[in-house]
Amino acid sequence: MWKRDEAVRPTSGQPATPAAAASTQPVPTPAAVQPDVRRIERDIVNIGKSVVIKGELNGSEDLTIEGHVEGRIELKDHVLTIGPNGKIKAQVFAKAVIVLGEVNGNVTASEKVDIRDGGSVDGDIISPRVAIAEGAHFRGSVDMQRKGAQPGQQKAASSSQAEKAQASASAQPQAAAH
Amino acid sequence: MALSDLFSRRRKEHAESEVGASDAPVHPTKVLARFIAGLSSRSQPVLLDLGPVVGTNVSFFGEQLGCKIIVEDLSKDIDRHVRDGLLDQLPAFLMKRFPQESASIDGILCWDVFDYIEKKSAKPLAEQLIRMLRPDGVLLAFFGTAQPQPGSRPEYTRHVVVDKANLQHRLYAAARPKQRPLPNRDIQLLFEPLRIVEQFLLKTNLREVLFRKAPETPGGPPVAPSA
Repeated sequence: MWKRDEAVRPTSGQPATPAAAASTQPVPTPAAVQPDVRRIERDIVNIGKSVVIKGELNGSEDLTIEGHVEGRIELKDHVLTIGPNGKIKAQVFAKAVIVLGEVNGNVTASEKVDIRDGGSVDGDIISPRVAIAEGAHFRGSVDMQRKGAQPGQQKAASSSQAEKAQASASAQPQAAAH
Repeated sequence: MALSDLFSRRRKEHAESEVGASDAPVHPTKVLARFIAGLSSRSQPVLLDLGPVVGTNVSFFGEQLGCKIIVEDLSKDIDRHVRDGLLDQLPAFLMKRFPQESASIDGILCWDVFDYIEKKSAKPLAEQLIRMLRPDGVLLAFFGTAQPQPGSRPEYTRHVVVDKANLQHRLYAAARPKQRPLPNRDIQLLFEPLRIVEQFLLKTNLREVLFRKAPETPGGPPVAPSA
């Protein structure tokens, strides 16, 4: 299972303020903290459940949202986690998006979208990989083609196309056999 | 209570609400392979799924076949109308339910949704599906052939694609039981002008039907279906 406990654990005793969350500044860590804990605190920033953000949210580190966000979220090379209390009404762009809360808006991920049990997405998903758990809610469309993929990703996309063509070709004789 | 406890409790509650997901029976399907073959001529076919969202189906159709999948779970709409006592409004609701443009969908997975609605609701739903389907597009639908047993627990079936020839049937609670089965002639009339290209009556009292919309003729409307 993905680091669920770590993801939802507050990174500090203080709830994040909108300004701090929006800039996603690393939280200073005490020297006595264990190295692995410190790493988590440095890499994942929490937006607490009492926080409401309206506007654009950009960041260059992994982010967990337990509060409300309206507008646009962009974490191009990082993981965005919508916690069980998180409510998002926004266009989302990230490397990977994990949804345990509610998302109302389109989600674009360069790697993966993962809607967990109890998670809800109302909107269109564009991502090469999509995982939807049994108890998840989803309404919208899923596009797993790699539109706007970077040069390194295009090769993978073309191999996916080749696999698709192979799958289609293998479908034909089977159908004809009936 | 720890958050992890809350998660595990929610998972347990959910698992109990469904008939053991992994233990659910797997049934052979005859038309799914034909349905997939019908989509293969398109580069990125657009698929409309009227059942509940199933992660493995999304992976199967999205990753393996390169489809764009649109999920419009009608079971939730039916349940809501039943619970609110608004079943008489269901036909009008279904007429406006789908925002998709006409002739924009390459394939429709109806599953067994028509078993849960009356004829007066089935007609507008079929009209909308026909409207959305592209010329030469395919539509897969299942129809029960057995009379519903009185007193049986109302359940929907979540159809999980195991492979092209097999579907796992996972049952989950419904607000109403299956309605009276549609006779074959009614099914044909309901979906006119779509043409039935494949039809199988399975031992599981399920009629699997694959419909196809007539291809468009150059410079003209779709050709009339052949008998």
